[in-house]
Amino acid sequence: ACKCGRSFTSPRLLPPTRISPRTRSDVDEGLQPDAPPGAMLARRTVGLVSRGGPPLTPRSPPGRSVQRMMAEKVLTVDTMNSCVKKVEYAVRGPIVLRAVQIEKELKEGVQKPFSEVIKANIGDAHAMGQQPITFFRQVLAMCSYPELLDDDRFPEDAKGRARRILQGCGGQSIGAYSASQGIECVRQDVARYVERRDGGVPSDPDNIYLTTGASDGIVTMLKLLVAGEGRSRTGVMISIPQYPLYSAALAELGAVQVNYFLNEERCWSLDVSELRRALADARRHCNPRALCIINPGNPTGQVQSRQCIEDVIRFAAKERLFLMADEVYQDNVYAEGCEFHSFKKVLFEMGPEFSSTVELASFHSTSKCYMGECGFRGGYMEVVNMDPEVKAQLTKLVSVRLCPPVPGQALMDLVVNPPQPGEPSYSTFIRERKATLSSLAERARLTEQILNTVPGIACNPVQGAMYSFPRVTLPARAIREAEERGQAPDMFYCMKLLEETGICLVPGSGFGQRDGTFHFRMTILPPTDKLKILLSKVKDFHQRFIQQYS
Amino acid sequence: MRVRDELQRLEAEPRCVTAGCLELGGGTRTRGLSLSLSLSLSLTPRLLRPHSPQPSDKSRTNMTENGLLHPERVLTLDTMNPNIKRVEYAVRGPIVQRAMQLEKELQEGVKKPFTEVIKANIGDCHAMGQQPITFFRQVLALCSYPELLNDNKFPEDAKDRARRILQACGGGSIGAYSASQGIELVRQDVSRYIVRRDGGVPSNPDNIYLSTGASDAIATMLKLLVSGEGPTRTGVMISIPQYPLYSAALADLGAIQINYYLDESNNWSLAVGELRRALEAARKHCNPRALCVINPGNPTGQVQSRQCIEDVIRFAAEENLFLMADEVYQDNVYAEGCQFHSFKKVLFEMGPKYSEKVELASFHSTSKCYMGECGFRGGYMEVINLDPAVKAQLTKLVSVRLCPPVPGQALLDLVVNPPQPDEPSYSTFMNERTAVLAALAEKARMTEEILNKVPGIRCNPVQGAMYSFPQIQIPHKAIEEAKEKGQAPDMFYCMTLLDEMGICVVPGSGFGQRDGTYHFRMTILPPTDKLKIFLAKVKEFHQRFTERYS
Repeated sequence: ACKCGRSFTSPRLLPPTRISPRTRSDVDEGLQPDAPPGAMLARRTVGLVSRGGPPLTPRSPPGRSVQRMMAEKVLTVDTMNSCVKKVEYAVRGPIVLRAVQIEKELKEGVQKPFSEVIKANIGDAHAMGQQPITFFRQVLAMCSYPELLDDDRFPEDAKGRARRILQGCGGQSIGAYSASQGIECVRQDVARYVERRDGGVPSDPDNIYLTTGASDGIVTMLKLLVAGEGRSRTGVMISIPQYPLYSAALAELGAVQVNYFLNEERCWSLDVSELRRALADARRHCNPRALCIINPGNPTGQVQSRQCIEDVIRFAAKERLFLMADEVYQDNVYAEGCEFHSFKKVLFEMGPEFSSTVELASFHSTSKCYMGECGFRGGYMEVVNMDPEVKAQLTKLVSVRLCPPVPGQALMDLVVNPPQPGEPSYSTFIRERKATLSSLAERARLTEQILNTVPGIACNPVQGAMYSFPRVTLPARAIREAEERGQAPDMFYCMKLLEETGICLVPGSGFGQRDGTFHFRMTILPPTDKLKILLSKVKDFHQRFIQQYS
Repeated sequence: MRVRDELQRLEAEPRCVTAGCLELGGGTRTRGLSLSLSLSLSLTPRLLRPHSPQPSDKSRTNMTENGLLHPERVLTLDTMNPNIKRVEYAVRGPIVQRAMQLEKELQEGVKKPFTEVIKANIGDCHAMGQQPITFFRQVLALCSYPELLNDNKFPEDAKDRARRILQACGGGSIGAYSASQGIELVRQDVSRYIVRRDGGVPSNPDNIYLSTGASDAIATMLKLLVSGEGPTRTGVMISIPQYPLYSAALADLGAIQINYYLDESNNWSLAVGELRRALEAARKHCNPRALCVINPGNPTGQVQSRQCIEDVIRFAAEENLFLMADEVYQDNVYAEGCQFHSFKKVLFEMGPKYSEKVELASFHSTSKCYMGECGFRGGYMEVINLDPAVKAQLTKLVSVRLCPPVPGQALLDLVVNPPQPDEPSYSTFMNERTAVLAALAEKARMTEEILNKVPGIRCNPVQGAMYSFPQIQIPHKAIEEAKEKGQAPDMFYCMTLLDEMGICVVPGSGFGQRDGTYHFRMTILPPTDKLKIFLAKVKEFHQRFTERYS
């Protein structure tokens, strides 16, 4: 049965399918007094996002439900899955649709105050000009067309990897299905990588599931966790600001989103007391069962300290929460004194009291770090302490989709098993990897520095990941004008920025933020010279905007 | 202890508890306690746990200091998503797991009455030795490592295709995310392919959604369709026998599966009378909204006549059903007099009364036909007459998963835009394509012929697709023995076949069949010489099995 349309106060307030867009927002308003601040915020922001920019869905005319009786279509917005309607994904939302439209207009010769659209909305490294790692692509070319194995243009280590991967494939072809959990030799390589990364903490290939990007693994785990009805419905704790995959997946699954706020004043750090507050509030209306952490943070760019991770693990153990650690930016750590610690490693260093009880799924991907190979949709998850019966169910569930894309699996293998010292490709590999990471570090610094020179913009250091999430102070008049237009103020701001400068950013409301604060997320991925232009345009725009609305 | 007694009582009489909010202690939930309790909340727990008759003991007996129940884990079979437990996917089910185990044992030198396991459980062409199409793999290698574009070993048409695809990718790299709906250029090529295939019926690239294999798109469409509660819950009509992706996706979504039976005695044809029967029966308890058709049939291998498709469309129009046409085997038609007709084409030939009204989604994939590139997870769906507001919701929904794997999109582009007669790769391409399809036709004929010689096996002609689905007579004594073991009789048969002969086929019960009939599905994909051995072994086994249990 469909589990959505639930509110915190009275889950069965209204049958979800009969809530028209208008009455739904009424329900949201009515929900505010009792709902925890986090819940209110998320719901409000979601509503606002959907009202911003060109609407994704045409508004239903009044009396639609009457028309529906005679409706021509089997499938309409009134009769479709109501959980899907609640899904929002700002990273590719209205502002990006508008950016694509503007690009088309530019091509058609429409006059604009800028000559190109700079998209800093999504962590898409190659689209921003980052070059692929040569070794990875050589191996992938040979896997695609094994005749190239006879070509002496390719180094021996690349050939060796290609042969090894092909031997792991059915009929030695990447065109064969793999095992549903992923190619066994790739899972073995992943396990070895995890062990090396975590200073020897053992990893079992049977606990590795290859995935179609990390998103797929995260959604699958959430799906397993969702159960119950009404007050026993599964709640999942996510950070605010969050990466909107989480809110989208929870909406789709009809699970209850439990918000905990990161501390912007302390560099977006995570306080256990805030976790405790959020959990206590949520327990009144749902059954919180999982806690999601993104480290390094997206969109917030913080890198968690070892101590913080320990505290979170202790909290999860005490409160009996399933931990989900989104660690796709594990190589993207730039700030001095910061270091990536995997949840798995810290968990095992805390001793058997924790390492033998706390259930953990951690996620990684080929899309970020120094390789940025988003298009291949490669990734893995490692499950720790998962009930063997549940694991069997997980394996069954992933088997329905047959297997993750095999080229992505091959790429994942290269990421976890790159050229080693002594191999012919090693020096090129290390040079390329270093160049990308140090350039990202430079851009992270540059972004923070320049944005912080703008009065009315305050930005935390980008310790890691690929984004800056600065806070923007918006004049009261601008807020009013946005509200008159039915837009979130930061959506109004970003839309205007796009129209006037061609710069595409995502408003903070798409990620969630404390009431009354406004932000945007921008990637640090444009090449340095372009990034400088982008930042100076943002600076000019912001000053202009402030003047205009003061 | 009171709680434990309560639990045991509930365990003993699971049906006395209805799903919903069951709370002990006046609504004050005790963690751990509530987790254990929810095991009793599923309606018929025992039916849902075929492989584990007892919930894990430890989850019920582990006590905390204060004497409360304290299950070991947050996520257990009893507390996980109950819909997932109902998912079954026989094609990769227990029989395949056993086959893999046997393979391992053989490798370890364990003596068996056979030297290799022949897997005919899944339509995985490359794993069965089919060679990829040279042109496709050349282009994919060029896309993976564009430096090869300067290499004179690749034909010009392959280079052109690669350049064209790369230009359509962000930053000229298949490592960039594509638009969520798929690369625009590929969608345009898909549209042109459909127009050609359907004799000029127009196709709009905006109606094309690229997908991660066909499975992804089918599950996505079903997800959009599911709504309502109780008697208004969405019902979806699927053929029996069916491809178990459908039943699995419906279970996952909590939708109602409505079975309509194909007519085995009439070459697995689809009779509208049976559709009507199934629909009327279903209307008593759910809201049937969609009708799924697989043509050419999986697992049944029939190719639908034009007339039959027209009848189905008329039925869908009359009964207001959303049509889903799974046409992934569209190039796999072998029988003389049979021809593939797409639902789209027939729909448009029936005139505007239908072509402007009937909502249709049709699905295609890179995994079958002559290319058999399962590992790339390429595919597309075309939607016709979809409500624009729903289409916006669909676009939003797919954006959460970012994009289908780009190498799969590139491959799909090649499938819909293969070498043309005036291009250098044309003759090789045609030779390879014809060879694969001719070999498949030969194997289809051979399979039917040999199986029909076995007393007690009866098999319809394999008109298309990649499978034979013969009916087998299982002796009464064998049926009884199977029942004693708690196995479906055809599962017992297939397991014995696997253990004695090393042959892996999937029991008919995994696809659905008329009560009291038994089948298995085998692919026709093993190379001809291996297929002959395979069929001879099936024959020998069936005779032995029949004698043993007579």
